[in-house]
Amino acid sequence: MAIRVNGEDVPPPDDIRVSLLDLLREQMNLSGTKVGCNQGACGACTVLIDGRRVLSCLTLAVQADGKSVTTIEGLGTAENLHPLQAAFIEHDGFQCGYCTPGQICAAAAMLEEAAAGMPSYLTSDLTTDRIILSREEVQERMSGNLCRCGAHNGIIDAILEVAGERRP
Amino acid sequence: MSKIQNAVIGSVRTVIGWVPAGWLPGGAPDPLIERRAAIGSQASRLDGPLKVAGQARFAAEVVMERLCHAALVHSTVTRGRLARMDTQAAEAAPGVIMVVTYRNMPRVGPLPLMGMADLSAVGNSSLPILQDAQVRYNGQVVAAVIAETQDQADHAASLIQVDYEREPARTVFEEAKAHARTPASVLIEKNHVSVGNAERELISAPHSVDNVYRTPGQNHNAIELHTVTAAWEGESLVVHDTTQMVAPSASALAKLFGLKKEQVRVLSPFVGGGFGGKGLWDHQIVAVAVARMIGRPLRVTLSREGVYRIIGGRSPSEQRVAISADAAGKFSALVHTGYSVMPPYGACPEQYTMGSRALYDAGSFEIVQRHVDLDIVPNTFMRAPGEAIGTFALESAIDELAHGMGMDPIELRLHNIAERHPLSGTPFSQHALKQAFDDGARRFGWERRRTTPATRREGEWRIGMGCATGSFPYVRMPGANVSITLRSDGTATIACSAQEMGMGTATVQAQHAADRLGLPIEAITFELGDSALPAAPMAGGSSQTVSIAGAIAAGAEKLTLELLRLAGNASPVAGLRPSEVRLTAGGIASTSDPARNESYRSILARAARDAVTITAAGSAPLEMFKFAMHSSSAVFCELRVSDVTGEVRVDRLLGSFDCGTILNPKTAASQFRGGMIMGLGLALMEETLFDERSGRIMNATLADYHIPAHLDVPQIDVMWTGIPDPRSPLGARGIGEIGVTGVAAAVANAVFNATGKRVRDLPITLDKLLTE
Ligand code: FES
Ligand code: FES
Repeated sequence: MAIRVNGEDVPPPDDIRVSLLDLLREQMNLSGTKVGCNQGACGACTVLIDGRRVLSCLTLAVQADGKSVTTIEGLGTAENLHPLQAAFIEHDGFQCGYCTPGQICAAAAMLEEAAAGMPSYLTSDLTTDRIILSREEVQERMSGNLCRCGAHNGIIDAILEVAGERRP
Repeated sequence: MSKIQNAVIGSVRTVIGWVPAGWLPGGAPDPLIERRAAIGSQASRLDGPLKVAGQARFAAEVVMERLCHAALVHSTVTRGRLARMDTQAAEAAPGVIMVVTYRNMPRVGPLPLMGMADLSAVGNSSLPILQDAQVRYNGQVVAAVIAETQDQADHAASLIQVDYEREPARTVFEEAKAHARTPASVLIEKNHVSVGNAERELISAPHSVDNVYRTPGQNHNAIELHTVTAAWEGESLVVHDTTQMVAPSASALAKLFGLKKEQVRVLSPFVGGGFGGKGLWDHQIVAVAVARMIGRPLRVTLSREGVYRIIGGRSPSEQRVAISADAAGKFSALVHTGYSVMPPYGACPEQYTMGSRALYDAGSFEIVQRHVDLDIVPNTFMRAPGEAIGTFALESAIDELAHGMGMDPIELRLHNIAERHPLSGTPFSQHALKQAFDDGARRFGWERRRTTPATRREGEWRIGMGCATGSFPYVRMPGANVSITLRSDGTATIACSAQEMGMGTATVQAQHAADRLGLPIEAITFELGDSALPAAPMAGGSSQTVSIAGAIAAGAEKLTLELLRLAGNASPVAGLRPSEVRLTAGGIASTSDPARNESYRSILARAARDAVTITAAGSAPLEMFKFAMHSSSAVFCELRVSDVTGEVRVDRLLGSFDCGTILNPKTAASQFRGGMIMGLGLALMEETLFDERSGRIMNATLADYHIPAHLDVPQIDVMWTGIPDPRSPLGARGIGEIGVTGVAAAVANAVFNATGKRVRDLPITLDKLLTE
């Protein structure tokens, strides 16, 4: 089998203990995926597996075998930005930029979760299939991604803008 | 800091006091204050596309041949000797290249401590690094395992067994107070200030408060881990680091390893957050020494736990603030004294009394800081050092006094705002705290606050408002150098070793250079983060922007001279003196007769030059001694406190700042907000839990040390007076740290307004609001 990373197949590592984070960052030099704690507390290492967000530091690379992994490099490039990336620049949703790839990957998946009707701790009606992404809903759903520079307002503004554009 | 230093600084101030302002830097306001075009515009960060695409290359992301990795082993005792170290199993583990202990670590001297006397001294700790069997604090590095991969190093490190001979350690703040030291100075200020008889005033005044406030230790917690890669190329050293002191690190490493300055190059194009924590610590020394010993490039990346163990944070403090006022609310005494930790091998005095020295007039003052000595990882500067926690104590006390007097706390503050520096009597260069309060109060709706606490509720929530003053001094650092290269195609490159850790340095200086050189911003490239470029000072004290701006201003003068020379006699500007021209619209023009001008292109073409390059240094920052230069702010907070759980939710936060010219409203707003969010953390959740029995930090993870997450952060409103400081380059004062200050007090004061409970012990956690 193979792990499809940003559209390209790579063999799973021989050592099954290798984390997805280390596979991406150390072995493939895809350093857009960041590391802030290596223990699931900061969200800097967030990537998408089949469109769902995971903390790559807590995921073994072999768990992605046969699946499709998207990293920040797969979402867009500096020359060809993903709408979220463009909105982050517009709303100044970062300062040092270190938490940023994780924030953007998490946001991309979060928008899909909301579109699929997945409730959060703040959703009052758990049976609804229409989630209204209020500011608080987005804040709650993004709370797994820490930012120490304090770019929180800009991050949420950027996501709300893209969420607004997606709304039918 | 010494008595000698007090005498030197004192005499500099006196002499500068006699010198006419016009002779000094800032004597005449920077002409760009009036003439700006790019400055003041909402430019997005120039490095934005790289950062959002994950293409900005941070220190640990440099790909290198034959790179090896290190894992550090930290002491689990606080004081003692390494009695036995069994490294055999680690040495035999797969991939291990070497285990380094004090036995085989190359001999290196201690780092000279950061200080005012020697600006190339940048050490946070002067303790020996892997040089002897002595353990001096819990978490100290006792071994380093070097291996082919990080995993192999981590695994082998877990196989090392250490037996310690424990020795008694000082770990209890309360006990250590008895042996506290009273330094002669705190940074460049004389420490002990005694004006009048404050204690007597306290007793005789009709109104007074006298309380003790406590703040815990805190950690910077930049999301990027500390990481360094050291590579020797023959006798030259290349260091890829994440550092807020690029050039100073290079000089310090050169000195420590007996190299010439040209033999050391430190590269740090992007820093994933610093906040004071990304300086020179033990891991860089280990990396450089061991890389030389093994003849291979070596990367040392700290684990998150490792960051807590060997990178010190903000010192805990215990502060007494006592204020008395006459019936009209004029302060008759202001007392601010206290204790913070500063071991003799550390460098940061946690200057929490600075605000009390600069903000308010009082009939008498008693100010002194005492240093408690513990066996602990040395504390260091953390965003708004001193002021962050000092304003908590001072501004809580003022709120308490106002409440006791039945007076509005803003009114009480405005009543006592200093017109001149309250201790030195020096005039302020610019100071509009009153306007900041007026504007902020109006926008916030302060008049809706209930004066009687605990009278507003909605369901389980009690609601309250609070405010406080924030404070941060102006600093411009000496030793800022830049080069300016102007090309015949009408573009320019500005270069210096400065650091970018999220402040938007390159963006703002490109805006500045565009205006200074009369070019469009697209024509400017700004290079930084490399010690091979002209040296810039460290990023600290919110000084980087004005320090580099001062150097660019000096550079533009030099460039003008050079251009006039190159222009020669055939030029329309021939015969004009530098003082008679300005750089504008892509060329040089006579100030009095703008029709007399020549473009850079034309000057360079006639001189047959592709480019002209100059380097220049900023003037000595003497304006700091001639004038009292101080930023301040008014912070407003509205919050809810649950009657059921004691939980505090901050609903609204507003910062109204008086910090001179705002150079880029977009990035400035982010800086202010970022600081205020760190202030929220300080107020409500942040605490490095230190076990006084063992001397060990108990919450060395981001899961246990809480920083504000998205749901904790309300939409933060920021505004500013924007009044230029006539004495600083561009009229600007630093803005990177002031945002943190005042916030904790505004929160605590709002909690009091909501509940009637006064919390004098940060952070304001649920338990403190549930107890009666
Ligand atoms: S690095 Fe994975 S959550 Fe922090
Ligand atoms: S932008 Fe620096 S940590 Fe988020």
